[in-house]
Amino acid sequence: MADEEDIILSELDDEELVLQMHDDLYDGLKEEIEEGVRILLDRGWAPYDVLTKALVAGMTIVGADFRDGILFVPEVLLAANAMKAGMAILKPLLAETGAPKVGKMVIGTVKGDIHDIGKNLVGMMMEGAGFEVVDIGINNPVEKYIEALEREDADILGMSALLTTTMPYMKVVIDTMKEKGMREDFIVLVGGAPLNEEFGKAIGADAYCRDAAVAVQTAKDFMSRKHNKLAAG
Amino acid sequence: MIPSDATLTENGLAPARKGRILLIACGALAREILDLKEANGWDHLDLTCLPAKYHLWPERITEAVTEAVAKHRDDYDDIFVVYADCGTGGLLEARCRELGVEMVAGPHCYSFFEGNDAFAAREEFTAFYLTDFLVRQFDAFVWKPMGFDRHPELIPMMFGNYEKLVYQAQTNDPALDRKAEDCARRLGLAYERRFTGYGDLQTALTRL
Repeated sequence: MADEEDIILSELDDEELVLQMHDDLYDGLKEEIEEGVRILLDRGWAPYDVLTKALVAGMTIVGADFRDGILFVPEVLLAANAMKAGMAILKPLLAETGAPKVGKMVIGTVKGDIHDIGKNLVGMMMEGAGFEVVDIGINNPVEKYIEALEREDADILGMSALLTTTMPYMKVVIDTMKEKGMREDFIVLVGGAPLNEEFGKAIGADAYCRDAAVAVQTAKDFMSRKHNKLAAG
Repeated sequence: MIPSDATLTENGLAPARKGRILLIACGALAREILDLKEANGWDHLDLTCLPAKYHLWPERITEAVTEAVAKHRDDYDDIFVVYADCGTGGLLEARCRELGVEMVAGPHCYSFFEGNDAFAAREEFTAFYLTDFLVRQFDAFVWKPMGFDRHPELIPMMFGNYEKLVYQAQTNDPALDRKAEDCARRLGLAYERRFTGYGDLQTALTRL
């Protein structure tokens, strides 16, 4: 503990600092993450590199340990808070420096459900991976999803639910998309604690994503397939 | 004799091996089921409980119920599962169907205590529910696992979208009422006490 208190971030070389930032993210140390981000920017790092190498890489470790039962929700939330603080510094700079845009996602929790921890984590990790994320919040009726998808010209729809009673609403949204002839225009990803792969298939989603890391990877895979298809066509 | 809440949380309850129908229940329901059993003279029912802590890890419930059914099915004429869906996303219901055992209908105990139809009709999705057991075990099931003892700054992140805490009272106990109200205060929520009794739990067990 005393050793940790003695660490002066600005005295670490780049490699050590990035590793220390991974540790600090893991420990949910928001102020240290903000300081680390500023130091790397001052040293001339591109905002995109700070985001991916320091923040996203650190959060990926957090996600893996959550998946493996080593970390629990409170620790993940603290880490997410720290990452969010770092991203708040980077976001305007990323826009200025033209960081690569992988795709655009509309994400929201379904009607009758107010749970947003998982949704927020996915949104943050998707942003970290270069996606533009439009978060439409909680308790969304089908009209709000459709309106957002059309307005934003999105590539991906992400739907989240925590309750067994609300997860069937995802099918209402997907069925409405089919009725309107717009289902094939979007990649539909679903997630939430009571969901499973079978449910995702049964309601006609493109994929069920167990956690934020899987959501990011799945979204990337679908986007690259989409691009390949467009290139071939 | 009813074991302590701590035992029910960690270990559950072994069957007494008396009765021809075995109830396999969540440890959080032990006290209520034993009360009903005694009040109604249901000597044909035996009870075993899985650890109530599975409430925090619903993904463990289906396999644990499956193992309990396999372990006990030869010793009883029938088995009845006293879990609702409880966050298993339909997996428990599907497994019970495969195993040929029945279970309590509904999404979770908050729903069947109030009566599934009445609960659904409320559409009260900004309410956080506590039962008698969960009021008694609030620290073990909410406060500590959510990290609020160490990081109270997480409370708004986790409970910011909730508006009120509803204490679904199975019994009339002023001390529990006071404790539930204090839980609401700690979470920054409005408080409502709602007496439910045993609701659809009683109805389901009466049919056995």
